[in-house]
Amino acid sequence: MHHVIVGAGPAGVIAAESLRRKSLVDSITIIGNEPYPAYSRMAIPYLLAGDVGEEGTYLRHAENHFSDLEIDIRNESVTAVSPADKSVSLSSGESVTYDRLLLATGASAIRPPISGMDSPRVHNCWTLFDAHKLLNDVSAGDRVVLLGAGFIGCIVLQALVEMKLDLTVIELADRMLARMMDDPGGRMIKTWCEAKGVKVRTGTEAKAVEEKDGVLEITLGDGSSFAADHIVCAAGVRSNIDFLAGNGINTDHGILVDNHLQTNIEDIYAAGDVAQGPDLSTGEQQVHAIQPTASEHGRIAASQMAGEALPYGGSLSMNVLNTLGLITSSFGLWDGVDGGESVTSEDQAYNRYLRLEFRDDVLIGALAIGLTQHVGILRGLVQTGVRLGAWKQRLMNDPSQIMHAYLACVQGSRA
Amino acid sequence: MYKSLLIDPAKCTSCLQCELACSFENEGLFNPAKSRIKVFEFEHGLTTIPYTCTQCEEAWCLHACPVEAITVNPNTGAKEVSDSICVGCKVCTIACPFGTINYNSSTGKVMKCDLCGGDPQCAEACPTGAIVYVDSDWTGYSKMRDSALEAHA
Repeated sequence: MHHVIVGAGPAGVIAAESLRRKSLVDSITIIGNEPYPAYSRMAIPYLLAGDVGEEGTYLRHAENHFSDLEIDIRNESVTAVSPADKSVSLSSGESVTYDRLLLATGASAIRPPISGMDSPRVHNCWTLFDAHKLLNDVSAGDRVVLLGAGFIGCIVLQALVEMKLDLTVIELADRMLARMMDDPGGRMIKTWCEAKGVKVRTGTEAKAVEEKDGVLEITLGDGSSFAADHIVCAAGVRSNIDFLAGNGINTDHGILVDNHLQTNIEDIYAAGDVAQGPDLSTGEQQVHAIQPTASEHGRIAASQMAGEALPYGGSLSMNVLNTLGLITSSFGLWDGVDGGESVTSEDQAYNRYLRLEFRDDVLIGALAIGLTQHVGILRGLVQTGVRLGAWKQRLMNDPSQIMHAYLACVQGSRA
Repeated sequence: MYKSLLIDPAKCTSCLQCELACSFENEGLFNPAKSRIKVFEFEHGLTTIPYTCTQCEEAWCLHACPVEAITVNPNTGAKEVSDSICVGCKVCTIACPFGTINYNSSTGKVMKCDLCGGDPQCAEACPTGAIVYVDSDWTGYSKMRDSALEAHA
């Protein structure tokens, strides 16, 4: 049995390791197209901030980790998949046959379609290559515009501040973190960032960029313009699916997979940022480009590929973020559902915010700012869908009792 | 066989010796806010429940870590955080459905119970036997595991 895994990020690597635990005799090949040891994009902000060196971003640290597990890692690009003869084509012209194939090709950074974004002074901040280029090209005090204040933008923001850059954030949506935070939460984060000296402009977009004598002129939607030395683009990512065009594998935003993480074609699976699989909260197929889903997908895809047909309930959308010391997290359907109930508590003086969303007496989503202790129980409550009974009303009266509700309802403690 | 912390809330008097012992062992100071074990009070203290990591087999924190900063101590079975590898991304803190791995703002890393290398100071400090360190079969471990598996299905 030969398992071929395309992509050397967390989903691919964890799938390979899980497959090895299940079989000592199967052949396992990972094909990754970046010229580095397998690494985590999650760690890149910490590389930029100088907290770790490049090796601090590596997924695994033992020198012979993959060879000891007899996992063959190849540095090549896969250009096509041919389900008919169960093979993948490589950029070298070679083809590799598989018995079971996992597509874990991740996502790539996208840039807004405006003029001037091809300047070498416009940077992405997604790969190790991007990070090294950024560190090489910018210096403390440079005027830098961060395009995009979503999840990735806000993670990068922290690193850019630690690099002592003169930072302006431009965000198209009317608030920061539009997809993981509501209005009050987004306002709290913006106020926090501004208090730390970051200029934040929400509800506006860059319309054009022009480079003159080594300086970028950025024109905004309202016609105003200003100068910057560099742009860091964090305008979103898109699943890497282009190489699949025309081969019969169903795609949408990502590769469509069922609750076995299998595509519409037998023996072909997908995992991680490229997979559009079941969402635990809605049952719909969604791309959840987050580390916990990549890791979960990797392990579950490996089980499926090893023939253990356990159905997968789906991934939970969740995020955690440190924006200049303000810690935010989001879980599940934090924006609520029709017919559901909601409660919030806000303490502006202490920068704390908690929002809980219920369907009947079940927690289906949550937002938290400034909550770091036992925050995982919000996942526990959403994921298990445990009925809160009388605790639902107690939480409606006082959401800060969430840990007590958890202990009483999930752990089955008395009280 | 690994040993585990067996917690009996009925014996807990909420004296918080466990929190103090834990924070002193791990942080060098008596600060319950930095304790890896936490006593929760219900009904104005009529019921108190000490709560910490069960070193669950599923190890959600370990699997979620993007940089292999959480590993299993082969002697104790504890899932331990390496401060030198942890970058402080906090993904583990939202991945753990038990909420027992937390961000420590003073170190910029995460912290969790590591069973003190096999000599848990909370159990040592507990004067009433509400926290004891015993063979795993005696604990509510299997219940926790079932709960984790159910959540995973």
